[in-house]
Amino acid sequence: MEIINEVKFTMPSLSINESVARAVVSSFLIQADPSVEELSEIRTVVSEAVTNAIVHGYRNISGNIEMTVKLLKNREIYIKIKDKGCGIENIEQAMEPLFTTAPEEERSGLGFSVMQSFTDSLKVKSKSESGTTVVMRKKLKNNE
Amino acid sequence: MNVNIKSNGTYAVALLSGEIDHHNAKEIREKLDKFIISNQPRELAIDFRDISFMDSSGIGLIMGRYKLISQCGGRLIVKNPREYIKRVLKISGIERLVRIINDRI
Ligand SMILES: Nc1ncnc2c1ncn2[C@@H]1O[C@H](COP(=O)(O)OP(=O)(O)OP(=O)(O)O)[C@@H](O)[C@H]1O
Ligand SMILES: [Mg+2]
Repeated sequence: MEIINEVKFTMPSLSINESVARAVVSSFLIQADPSVEELSEIRTVVSEAVTNAIVHGYRNISGNIEMTVKLLKNREIYIKIKDKGCGIENIEQAMEPLFTTAPEEERSGLGFSVMQSFTDSLKVKSKSESGTTVVMRKKLKNNE
Repeated sequence: MNVNIKSNGTYAVALLSGEIDHHNAKEIREKLDKFIISNQPRELAIDFRDISFMDSSGIGLIMGRYKLISQCGGRLIVKNPREYIKRVLKISGIERLVRIINDRI
């Protein structure tokens, strides 16, 4: 993995930080000059993963969320979002479209589906009681 | 976040502006539900022309209003979402329940 630039930061699990995370990734991506669509997609997947950490990971507690964004060779964007929350018992089931453990809060169970369709790869690592790490990669088109 | 509702008693349009995420979905939800319950419109159109961002929290928001207004005998419409928001909506399959239309802007 050849890294051209990288930003890493930590934020507490406050819902206002959903927009802060989007703003950070937007600013970082300026150097790569993504298309309007690509930028929207990346802002969306960041929002999904950070929201999941806040809503599910740190459901009854508060904690820190760590976000890493890298610009790699060949216009590839790497995004990692990590929490030390409750973890996911069954990752496969959690990633199924429409599966949610919080239907009463108007969650639709589509966060992972959105992350999947707006990126090139999505990897989820999780362990009950110790947290969840989501890694996404997306290659930006060449802009002439 | 701004919610501006105009109604003639039967038909209503809610013009939203800003970004729809988990953080501000609650405020929008409360305003729309208050309006739906007290006015019982036959049709409510949520106008997305000034929404610059929406994630899956927006899907939950639309689904929830769809259920409420259907219980009240009304109909929900989504208007003028930008191209990328249309793709978020498409992932949800919500267009099978809620009509998505474009005004000429
Ligand atoms: N960081 C996390 N920590 C713990 N559980 C998680 C985490 N992320 C996701 N999950 C679990 O995976 C399920 C599916 O997540 P997904 O984002 O697809 O849907 P959702 O968050 O429930 O609904 P939506 O994103 O549509 O509002 C969640 O309901 C939750 O049980
Ligand atoms: Mg989610």
